[in-house]
Amino acid sequence: MAGLTLRNVVKKYGETQVMHGVDLDIEHGEFVVFVGPSGCGKSTLLRMIAGLEEISDGTVAIGDTVVNDVAASKRGVAMVFQTYALYPHMTVYKNMAFGLKQAKTDPAEIDRRVKGAAEILQLGDYLDRSPRNLSGGQRQRVAIGRAIVRDPEVFLFDEPLSNLDAALRVQTRLEIARLHERLGNTMIYVTHDQVEAMTLADKIVVLRDGRVEQVGSPIELYENPRNAFVAQFIGSPKMNFFGAGDIASTAAAALGKDLPSSQEVGLRPEHLTVCDAANAVVSGKLDIVENLGEYAMVHMITDSGVSFIAKTEKPPQAHKGDTINFTIKPELAHYFDAQTGLRA
Amino acid sequence: MAAVTERSNFGKIAWPVVAWIVALIFFFPIFWLVFTSFKTDADAVKPEHLFRFTPTLENYTNMTQNYDYWRFAINSVITSTFATLFALFVGVPAAYAMAFNPSRHTKDILMWMLSTKMLPAAAVLYPMTFLTKNFLGIFDTHFLVIVVLCLINLPIVIWMLFTYFKEIPKEIIEAGKMDGVNTWGEIKDILIPLAWGGIASTALLTFIFCWNEAYWTVRLTTIDAATLSKLIEGNRAPEGLFFGRLSAVSTAAIAPIVILGWFCQKQLVQGLTFGAVK
Repeated sequence: MAGLTLRNVVKKYGETQVMHGVDLDIEHGEFVVFVGPSGCGKSTLLRMIAGLEEISDGTVAIGDTVVNDVAASKRGVAMVFQTYALYPHMTVYKNMAFGLKQAKTDPAEIDRRVKGAAEILQLGDYLDRSPRNLSGGQRQRVAIGRAIVRDPEVFLFDEPLSNLDAALRVQTRLEIARLHERLGNTMIYVTHDQVEAMTLADKIVVLRDGRVEQVGSPIELYENPRNAFVAQFIGSPKMNFFGAGDIASTAAAALGKDLPSSQEVGLRPEHLTVCDAANAVVSGKLDIVENLGEYAMVHMITDSGVSFIAKTEKPPQAHKGDTINFTIKPELAHYFDAQTGLRA
Repeated sequence: MAAVTERSNFGKIAWPVVAWIVALIFFFPIFWLVFTSFKTDADAVKPEHLFRFTPTLENYTNMTQNYDYWRFAINSVITSTFATLFALFVGVPAAYAMAFNPSRHTKDILMWMLSTKMLPAAAVLYPMTFLTKNFLGIFDTHFLVIVVLCLINLPIVIWMLFTYFKEIPKEIIEAGKMDGVNTWGEIKDILIPLAWGGIASTALLTFIFCWNEAYWTVRLTTIDAATLSKLIEGNRAPEGLFFGRLSAVSTAAIAPIVILGWFCQKQLVQGLTFGAVK
């Protein structure tokens, strides 16, 4: 059982550098989620840990062993692919047993482990079927089973839910959480979906353009984003940003401080509450209301033309074009440097 | 799914008619060949005996008595089989490497291989004959025919296999890597079972090409390694054309491959259209 240590990990394709010196410590048993927009390098980083991509510079260590030059199958990691990547010509049983067979495991032991994994994943009735005859969710479970039987130190998941429909995604997400609880292994999970990241992770790693923007627990990232990018990426709907010219004239009083022109203030939609004009932090004209029953998304446009969203419990009693004022508790406002995006 | 389009009654009748006409045009030479093979050489050239003639098996009996058809046939089987096997033996790993570990030059290499097919065979006839006859001493051997057939078909083999292998998701090969298979295992346990249909139709097509090849087999053999192509060529006798005899030899030469193709037509069609739609 082991954690992971990444030191100054660099990836280059020819002259193009895509990972710019990533440092990361992952402790044993942690559930770590790599999150970021597409092209941020999260999958590349995972594949470097897996051994499917060469590490151009720096080191990846699993436990105390630097694995840069160790073959993928010898690293003690198992991977679940986005497309499942099951062997279409083998039954479910053979799919799960294949890796153990390659390792020349004793057949009785293979049988025990495959059946054990099948029981955990409720695949017992499907062992003789070929992947072709399984549903998407079942295929996903076989892919997970194939990882489990190898009893790896570290599980790697590459966007494992993105090929499933919405309902199944929620269910499988829960199953993965349960699996982590049950097995207690280190798991690294790549996703672009911040909801998956928030719900599953012990620790989230936010990546952008091959750099780590912030590492922390979901709540840390939500409450104390280090920069505007992380602030906007974590949380749904996105955090609203306003410059000094976009906020209401009464904002300084409500927020307890002036917003310098060199800064932006970030206000989460769920923290905005409707108020009267005297206490307004931001105000604008109503554009569209999306009423979801349990809450409403109120889409607004300020006089300066900035769009923002407020998430309110009830839809406002107003029509398109009406002015609505919003306020926020001063401690929930986030300030960022307008130039660098760093927390001010 | 084809889109629903309006079709006139005229179209419903006209298209099948056109299809039949085209099919008959293609089939006619084969029909004529087989038909003529049952005429005597004298009847074969006389217009009045175009359809009215006494069928005879004489041409076929002569064939086995006078020229030992079976020796040529066996040579064809040996050379075509081994040439196909060697082409696959080289082609499968080559296509695998290019499909799953492409480099910046993979496209160029593929084009370069194809470009060898653009070389007119006649341009290298003299060097080939000289080298094999006077220098290497392998003229008219099975070895030479197998090597030549293998090499002239290799570009097509690699191109076809490359196209089939490209259809296999890269992740499946990567899953194999994670499961600890080595390169040979990837080919044997994952690639070949998955691309089996494609490999089979490639093999079949290569075999047909080898069997029908005439330019080199005629020129690089005399007796020992002579194939059925050579037998046909040999019956284009200098003392005039014996159409009946020539037709019988030709029919006997193409029969095995036509029968093979007939039994494998499903595989062939599947293989040739695989990848065109996906």
